[in-house]
Amino acid sequence: MRTFASLLMAVALLTLPAPGRAAGKVSDGVVRIGVLTDMTGFYSDLAGPGSVLAVKMAVADFGGKVLGKPIDVISADHQNKADIASNTARKWFDENQVDVVADLVNSGTALAVMPVAAEKKRITLLSGPATTAITGEKCTPYNVHYTYNNWALANGTGREVVKNGGKTWFFITADYVFGKSLEADTAKVVVESGGKVLGSVRHPQSTSDFSSYLLQAQASGAQVVGMANAGADTINTIKQAAEFGLTPKQTLAGLLVFISDVHSLGLAAAKNMYLTTAFYWDRNDATRAWSKRFQSLPGNEKKAMPTMVQAGLYSAVTHYLQAVKAAGTDGADAVIAKMKAAPVNDFFAKGKIGPDGLFRHDMYLVQVKTPEQSKYPWDYYRIVKTIPAAEAFPSVEAQACPLAVKK
Amino acid sequence: MQALYGQLLVGLINGSFYALLSLGLAVIFGLVNVVNFAHGALYMTGAFLAWLGLSELGIGYWPALLLSPLAVGVLGMVVERTMLRRLYQLDNLYGLLFTFGLTLIIEGLFHHAYGNSGSSYPVPEALQGGTNLGFMYLPRYRAWVVLVSLVVCFGSWFVIERTRLGAYLRAGTENPRLLQAFGVNVPLMMTLTFGFGVALAGFAGVMAAPIYQVSPSMGSSLIIVVFAVVVVGGMGSILGSILTGLGLGLVEGLTKYFYPPAAATVIFAIMAVVLLLRPAGLFGRET
Amino acid sequence: MSGPPGLQEARAAYRAGIITPGRKRAFFIAMALSGLALPLAVYPVFLMNVLCMALFASAFNLLLGYTGLLSFGHAAFLGSAGYVTGHVLKEWGWPPELGLLAGTAVATLLGLLIGGLAIRRSGIYFAMITLGFAQMLYFLAVQLPFTGGEDGLQGIPRGTLFGLIPLDRTLPLYYLVYAIFLLGFFVIYRTIHSPFGHVLRSIRENEPRALSLGYDVDRYKLVAFVISAGLSGLAGATKALVLQFATLTDAHWHKSGEVVLMTLLGGMGTVMGPSVGALVVVTMDNYLSGVGDWVTVIIGSVFVVGVLAFRRGLVGEALHFARNFPI
Repeated sequence: MRTFASLLMAVALLTLPAPGRAAGKVSDGVVRIGVLTDMTGFYSDLAGPGSVLAVKMAVADFGGKVLGKPIDVISADHQNKADIASNTARKWFDENQVDVVADLVNSGTALAVMPVAAEKKRITLLSGPATTAITGEKCTPYNVHYTYNNWALANGTGREVVKNGGKTWFFITADYVFGKSLEADTAKVVVESGGKVLGSVRHPQSTSDFSSYLLQAQASGAQVVGMANAGADTINTIKQAAEFGLTPKQTLAGLLVFISDVHSLGLAAAKNMYLTTAFYWDRNDATRAWSKRFQSLPGNEKKAMPTMVQAGLYSAVTHYLQAVKAAGTDGADAVIAKMKAAPVNDFFAKGKIGPDGLFRHDMYLVQVKTPEQSKYPWDYYRIVKTIPAAEAFPSVEAQACPLAVKK
Repeated sequence: MQALYGQLLVGLINGSFYALLSLGLAVIFGLVNVVNFAHGALYMTGAFLAWLGLSELGIGYWPALLLSPLAVGVLGMVVERTMLRRLYQLDNLYGLLFTFGLTLIIEGLFHHAYGNSGSSYPVPEALQGGTNLGFMYLPRYRAWVVLVSLVVCFGSWFVIERTRLGAYLRAGTENPRLLQAFGVNVPLMMTLTFGFGVALAGFAGVMAAPIYQVSPSMGSSLIIVVFAVVVVGGMGSILGSILTGLGLGLVEGLTKYFYPPAAATVIFAIMAVVLLLRPAGLFGRET
Repeated sequence: MSGPPGLQEARAAYRAGIITPGRKRAFFIAMALSGLALPLAVYPVFLMNVLCMALFASAFNLLLGYTGLLSFGHAAFLGSAGYVTGHVLKEWGWPPELGLLAGTAVATLLGLLIGGLAIRRSGIYFAMITLGFAQMLYFLAVQLPFTGGEDGLQGIPRGTLFGLIPLDRTLPLYYLVYAIFLLGFFVIYRTIHSPFGHVLRSIRENEPRALSLGYDVDRYKLVAFVISAGLSGLAGATKALVLQFATLTDAHWHKSGEVVLMTLLGGMGTVMGPSVGALVVVTMDNYLSGVGDWVTVIIGSVFVVGVLAFRRGLVGEALHFARNFPI
């Protein structure tokens, strides 16, 4: 056994890993984007195959080449499991020469991949995940958080709904970190804006029956029922709220609702609900033109309009490629510096990426139309208010990212 | 106090779904000796068929209530005839594993075809609206769910425990060879029983379609709970599974009132305690 | 002759002289040596993941294949050990060797507790009780503050083994994981082939007879359960050290189902089967992700075909083939 152990030691010491990427222009002659997303699970409709499509579209629109080298897109399903996400990312970095990992819907997978990417000096472009910790205490130097975060959703919906007269609130909250922090953030804003929180109830994740929680919301007599949950849970809450007759008297406020959710629910169930979004396809000519192009892509089998995650990802990838071009290299340090230096100005948003990696841009408070108000397919939202970037996102100081504060 | 009444009623509504599903599982386990993990997937299939019928063929809720379980039943019988049958002489662990694989296939196929967020199924017109009971607003459709599942559950119980057909079925589990010797076609009987059990799952699926989002994962979140219900009631006990289903629905309702986060776990806690005190379940026979 | 088909096949192979002590020794030495060289050819993090799952499945097989107890809650041990190891490494700054021990110890204690209650029942009821306890543990993992809920424990430091070997480098870490795997595998192998293991098998084959021969059946079952739980914990603790995080995935009942799949696929009741099954399943998990939503359908089909046609598992089928077509 002793000889075996010393053999182990010898092998271990002899084969020291020798990493170190060529600091040339474009490493290994290709810029490779890896889309790591949920292809089959809860988030597959709001990100998933549509995210891959958006990235490919961005690359095609960019001309398929940068600095004379080809741009390649690969993708994989992280199944919402942190271990699979981090394994895949590691493998991509070590074996497939992936330069940037994009999307990472679901905060758990994002938080697992970010440190791996930072260690290997590769960039992460996050569009799907929500937690504020990404650009807060868990921030990394090679990360950009692009589309939205919990704080933006909580603030947008919380403040504006109170201003519009929804003074008293009751929360139906998914009983895990994401739901609880979303509830806490929103409740704080509601109180600050002069509203009042009458109570809340926690439900386990993936509950199918919400009737008992809705009864409690009904009994509270609150004007607004805030739903601090996501995906199938939110959909079932909304559907059953209509059934139990909450909705004419009480207003629903979705804290994390995507247009894909509204589409599958139908307007009859979702009507009059408030929510905050970073993107709505029917906002102006530029968004309409881009979204219709996205909708008619051959790969978009269900002819779905883009969600904010997918639209944001297109914009983020385009911004990344421009930064590579401007930096004259795909080296992560130079590219991330360019990304943070240059402002973004496209159909998706105008704004700037902060030193903490958070992209601050306008957000929109919208109300879901009633079936009568909706004139054509996907005519779902009425934009109530544009929330300016400075109000929509937390300041660099409030985020307390150790990287940004030191500077 | 008023809120408590509301929670109890809501618990009863959920309980009637548990009862419908666990009844199907108990029938299959009792008579075919298979632990059918695919029950949740077939429940989802029932709901999806109702939705497809409406959106593709214009078949409404009422015909779907009959056609959808029928289709699920036929599907179940085909699977039983061609595959499941070969596992009968083995440890029932294999039946469990086979149906587990089947679940993955069914859910995967629906997922591939219809995506994950699923679709909404409207409440039939005759059952829209509701009544204010004073302590809560009771949607008419929910009242219908309780009524129908009670009728179906106790109807099935009556057929199995009190009629000649039921006597054959029960005899088939006790001693299939002897029954075969009496001229009863036992293999056919088992096929039909399996078909009936899964048709119940399909029926529950149609009942659930207007309430829950029709999505590929709607069954997988339910099946583990329903398993626990069947185990608490006593594997294979028909009446036990019905009563336990309703009872645990009520307990869950109470938990949601007093300590909501534990609602998903309380049934398992009860299961563990019951099994330790009464190994065969509340209504099972000690073997 | 009873017992899982994989085990039957292994015995038949013994009798037919396919497996001889000499061949066995040669095989194990070859396996141990190839494991040493493998990280030079194959991606090491992937290999470490396979090794952890192989240890987990082998520990599970000790219970299912050799004692006849189907636990449907083994993820509880894998998951809780991961959390404990992660916590003591990250928050309390313990060295990795103590972190691994702590995780294993907690899983062993849990095994004693759950096993003590569960082994009083058997068959499908045993499976359900273990599932019930695992669900309660999962609930705790969601609720307790130190687990980080659905985000999990992230950024667990690997530290320096015995204050000498920095584990931040991939290869030293790999050899540590490999040594742990071999150690666990050796413990299982010795358990199976000891007098204790023979009693376990006699219990599985005919419990009343073992009882009438004067064996304290419950105690034997409990010891097997505790060993299995402890080694599953070791696998979970090691996995947390390798991947640097512990999440709910490892405590979820899907993981309990996955380990059954690994064991069944590789060959229940064969020594090598669970490891082969783990290799196949982890590979599918990692390399099938490109085919999108067909993954579930493919895994489901593997299950169905495996149960219907290849109940001996891959290793059992290989032995069967070798027996019928001797080289």
